[in-house]
Amino acid sequence: MTVAIEATALGKRYRLGEGGYVTLREKLDARLRPRAARASAAREVWALRDLDLEVTEGDVLGIVGHNGAGKTTFLKMIARIVRPTTGVVRVRGRVAALLEVGTGFHPELTGRENIFLNGVVLGMSRREIRRRFDEIVAFADVERFLDTPLKRYSSGMSLRLAFAVAAHLEPDVAIVDEVLAVGDVEFQRRCLGRMSQFGQEGRTVLFVSHDTGAVGQLCRRAVWLHEGRLQANGPAPDVLDMYLRSTAKITAHVDVPLEAHSSMERLSLTLLGERGQLTDTPRRDHPLTFEIAFTARHSVMAVDAALYLIDRHGVRIVNENLSDTGTTVSGGPQRYSIRLTLPPLLAAGDYVVGVWLGTRDELFFRGELLRLTILPLPHDRDRSIHGAVRPAVHWSVNTELTP
Amino acid sequence: MEIPASTADPAVTGAAAAATQSIGVPRPEKTWTENRAPSGWLPRLSPAELWSYRELALVLALRELKVRYKQTVFGLAWVIIQPLIAVAIFTIVFGRLAGLPSEGIPYAVFVYSGLVVWGYFSGALQSVAQSLVQNRDLVTKTHFPALIAPVALALPGLADLLVSLGVVAVLMGAYGVAPGVALILLPLWVGASLLVVLAAGLWLSALNVKYRDVRHTMTFLVQIWLFASPVVYASSLVEGAWRYVYALNPMVTVLDGFRWSLVDGPAPGLEALVSLAVAALGLAGGLVYFLRAERRFADLI
Repeated sequence: MTVAIEATALGKRYRLGEGGYVTLREKLDARLRPRAARASAAREVWALRDLDLEVTEGDVLGIVGHNGAGKTTFLKMIARIVRPTTGVVRVRGRVAALLEVGTGFHPELTGRENIFLNGVVLGMSRREIRRRFDEIVAFADVERFLDTPLKRYSSGMSLRLAFAVAAHLEPDVAIVDEVLAVGDVEFQRRCLGRMSQFGQEGRTVLFVSHDTGAVGQLCRRAVWLHEGRLQANGPAPDVLDMYLRSTAKITAHVDVPLEAHSSMERLSLTLLGERGQLTDTPRRDHPLTFEIAFTARHSVMAVDAALYLIDRHGVRIVNENLSDTGTTVSGGPQRYSIRLTLPPLLAAGDYVVGVWLGTRDELFFRGELLRLTILPLPHDRDRSIHGAVRPAVHWSVNTELTP
Repeated sequence: MEIPASTADPAVTGAAAAATQSIGVPRPEKTWTENRAPSGWLPRLSPAELWSYRELALVLALRELKVRYKQTVFGLAWVIIQPLIAVAIFTIVFGRLAGLPSEGIPYAVFVYSGLVVWGYFSGALQSVAQSLVQNRDLVTKTHFPALIAPVALALPGLADLLVSLGVVAVLMGAYGVAPGVALILLPLWVGASLLVVLAAGLWLSALNVKYRDVRHTMTFLVQIWLFASPVVYASSLVEGAWRYVYALNPMVTVLDGFRWSLVDGPAPGLEALVSLAVAALGLAGGLVYFLRAERRFADLI
């Protein structure tokens, strides 16, 4: 097996409070009052520490971990954007880092101009871009707006354009960070599709996401970073299981505030049992109701919600969209609640429940909110072989006498 | 998903898949790149890597050029209008009222020929100083030799300068001023002003990443520099040994040389060597400072 990425004793230390620039005055202050300066020098934090990792060529590797676990720092060191404090990381072949969609885009320039700009920024030559220009335009579906300034594009259109450029890169190693977190379901589906294609073409893909479902679907291997250290490294299902167990709590109700600039204020998820009672440990033969409630800050239009369940292997067992019923939610600033009832279906075990909330152009929330344990039936026995789902089946036994 | 059989070399599979993607274009040999903790005081500069990013420099320069005149009614005409207004003001204030010397050249031609270079210098210096801060997304999301940014932003102003040269020619025709033989050296002086932009700009752009004070001091810096340079007055105002002190400002020699070439003013004297030394030291020091600071650009910006 050829090695594509090799990190040895890799570490990155940041000084706290350095996440931005300082003014000269602060610097002079520090010079004049050395004690204060020494105190601030002590406030250092290792974003990543002593990481040793080898990635085989052609691997599709998922990287999971909480915010601040060092995922992005790791990617940025592989992509040579950030210099390590200790150690070394070596990469074989051409690297494309997609840490953001549309890097270098300028709103005043036209779609055509931005394709070249973004392509070159991502490491394509202008000749390559010219050669694949028509494909990119067709992929983005923006033919008619090629000579329109980008600022006239809807956010969905510029997202498609940015993704089209990225999708036509031909790297040996692709590094993708949360790009999927923006855009609608269709966009995410195309992103995932393109990434798995990258993998099939024998390219090495590193994929960071909060969406463990996507990681489980896409990646053969995964690593879990925790507080700057490598917590686990192995086959994706095993690593995801460990990670999921540590992340979402077993509970029947979760309420989270959303970002201040979002049109949504809060989001909650509640699990209700067969009699409408709160439950986090339903039996597998009972229907289960999920209540997604959200509070809008402003008027909202065509809000869609999706609910997904991920099993302990990282497999997305359920993924249902409200809009698939032909319904979306619109209205003023108020609280909305929608319910989804799942018939008895799940096998006994632990599941992580995630919610996606957004519109065609805006994402309000997406992530795993809680974990639930489906209890077995009294007669269930532990078996080494079982199906991914256990629907409410009916057995019947007929006895006939042989003549 | 099809997993290549373990006996097959995945490198071959990858290359084959890529080849079908890009028909007729040979794929470059895969090479190792490494990113290790910085060591040593003197940073290393790879001209080969810099050269491989030439298209990025070009694209960034073009972006700057295009954006500057988008959504303006007069567009590129501003290149001509701006200095013409300045010439009118300077001619009245400094030429007529203050009676500043202009080497016997009509004051309007004298001051405009200076403003052509000065306009480029001050504009380019200010955009170079902002080059990293303004391209924050590039610095934090992509890998490229940071030197590309200041170099790219020193270029677009040259297009304006070219247009202005046309206007100077018209103005010279109108006043009956002819260039001398030294005209062939004109590109040299334009190149020299570019180097002075970089000599100062590399320091400023790198400092700006760490201390945003730079942006606020730029206005004053450019203003003081203007009065310390022979733009609105002739350098013959400074005499004797003082000329060597005066030439510590490399723009003195650049402006004198530019006027010498364009409107047949007096040629720069020996003090040009002082300017050359200052510019060379500034550029070398700026390069070292910039490359050392580059190690932490993405952390700090």
